[in-house]
Amino acid sequence: MSMDWLSFARGPALKVAIGVFFVGVVWRILGFALLRIRREHSRPRSGLLRYVSIGLFATATRSWPHPQFVKRTGAGEALGYSYHMGLFAVILLFGPHVAFLCGLLGIHPWPVLPSSVITGIAVVTATLFAGVLYRRLTSRVMRLLSNFDDYFTWFITMLVMCTGLATSAHLGARYETLLAIHILSVDALLIWFPFGKLMHAFYIMPSRALNGAILARKGAPT
Amino acid sequence: MNDVTIDAESRTSQVTAAMKGFAHEIGALSAFRLESCIHCGMCADACHYYIATEDPQYTPIWKVEPFKQAYKREASAFAPVFRWFGFKPAVTAEQLAQWQHLLFDSCNLCGRCSLICPIGIDVAALIEQARHAMFDAGLAPEELYRKAEHQQRTGQPEASLEPYREQLRGIGEQFGIPLPIDANEVEVMLCVPRTDIEHYPAAVAALGLVMQHLGVSHTFRSDALVAENYGYYAGGKEWQRAISLRLIEQAIACHAKVLLIPECGHAYTALRWEAADLYGKELPFKVMAVTEYLALALAEGRLRLGKADIGSVSFQDPCQLDRKGGVTEAPRTLMKAMGLDLREMENNRSFSFCCGGGGGVVDIERAAPLRYRTMEIKLREIDATDGGTFLTGCSDCRHSFDDAKRHFDWDKTPQSLLELVAKSLAPPRAAL
Repeated sequence: MSMDWLSFARGPALKVAIGVFFVGVVWRILGFALLRIRREHSRPRSGLLRYVSIGLFATATRSWPHPQFVKRTGAGEALGYSYHMGLFAVILLFGPHVAFLCGLLGIHPWPVLPSSVITGIAVVTATLFAGVLYRRLTSRVMRLLSNFDDYFTWFITMLVMCTGLATSAHLGARYETLLAIHILSVDALLIWFPFGKLMHAFYIMPSRALNGAILARKGAPT
Repeated sequence: MNDVTIDAESRTSQVTAAMKGFAHEIGALSAFRLESCIHCGMCADACHYYIATEDPQYTPIWKVEPFKQAYKREASAFAPVFRWFGFKPAVTAEQLAQWQHLLFDSCNLCGRCSLICPIGIDVAALIEQARHAMFDAGLAPEELYRKAEHQQRTGQPEASLEPYREQLRGIGEQFGIPLPIDANEVEVMLCVPRTDIEHYPAAVAALGLVMQHLGVSHTFRSDALVAENYGYYAGGKEWQRAISLRLIEQAIACHAKVLLIPECGHAYTALRWEAADLYGKELPFKVMAVTEYLALALAEGRLRLGKADIGSVSFQDPCQLDRKGGVTEAPRTLMKAMGLDLREMENNRSFSFCCGGGGGVVDIERAAPLRYRTMEIKLREIDATDGGTFLTGCSDCRHSFDDAKRHFDWDKTPQSLLELVAKSLAPPRAAL
């Protein structure tokens, strides 16, 4: 029975999830990209090349707050980047993940980290991610801003992390069952992706570049 | 409110139409900005309203929450889903009325929040767009609405006992400075902050004096004397356009090559960055802030300045000129040329806190208690510099600090950088 679930999880369920992911992401981006684009008629302070390059540079510089803001937001940003880096390491440097991704995409595998190291990173990442929820719940500002999307996205991401850890530790059930649950949680995340804030993965760099270029066009700081 | 006599049913349909209008006219860029927010709340840490009160409602991105709701419900990729399942209910008149305080009374459009956002969202641009919808919904604050309406109709934000044209003549006579009005075929067209006409006539005279020193042909135009744009403050886009067009048409009529913006931050934003879009094409003349014009004249050797013997100074960077307009070093160039010992504030240049009066807030009477509370941050920073003289390059900032001086019994008097430049003009070469 568990094998059936596993086949379902990495067969039709995954295909549906990937389909929803791609169609949803493209639909959501087209949803705003096809709206009216206003032309700027004011004279720019600097040339096109300069403000476009400053905009591109802003994709890097906005990764860390300006010194004037570090005291207030540095810890929050550090927490955010830490768990993102942990997630990327677990997704892209764990042997079974790399094998799965390379099989899916038909590309050659790349070097991976030992499983024990990945497990350590995953535990730290999950702990940091719990800290993210704690921060959202205890900060009056974040609590006010938060909606279903914030909490559900946190839940589904944490679910993927926890089922992954349980699978690699063979914890609580047969490996095949745990793996099926883990892949199903990934399928669910892919289906949710275009509808919620996970879309920031596609938005963050263009947003920094675009707004950076717009400010640089005025000679304003980015 | 625009019209306090309107009945509830009419208000509801006005709000519904305004929010639909907002959603459908939002444009790709603003929609992208609304889509990109991850609710990290860091913009609160840049906003002086939040820092002063620690009240989360002053989080900048929260100020556009109903507009995000309207966009998602009416125009986003999944708008039908949001509507059919009721995930995003229609914004109500009551909800929007509550947001008047957040969008007008507690936002100076200063743009400091746009510098902190890790996604790079220009939150201030969203708030400006939200003000347009508030205006369309009939929810612009009464003071701003009335001044904008008066200005788009008459050219002056308020009626005065004596028309501004006559007051300008009077200032010229009082200071013995020629202030030409309605000349043609000039190099530079001037305009003036109404705050200067009403409160700081010496600043108007200083503008005339430096132009005389530069030997550049210049004129005011009686049909377009006022620099400020109350349509911009109130969110009335058509009125903002009408007020801007008044200046544009007069600059074209006198064949000016430069429209010189006096010490007024918001006038600079309205004319330098937004007027061309409202005009529909590039303006046939340059728009320059007076400080950048003078810094350029200094670099070209046309402006000659002597030392201003006033010791140390501190300087308020006007948000619209510096953070949102890129005029950062020009005032410092002028201060350096006058030999001033500039003591920078802890948050200076583009990170400077707003004076508290920007965005029309200084005109909203009920906003005063909160404005004073936020101003304390700024006053502490100014006091900490130990600068003897406090200068600014914006008439609205000056007015706001003068108000603070009265309210807090503050021991500093804000002074105009332009006036100091005029006082420090070196004698003409022929007289040397």
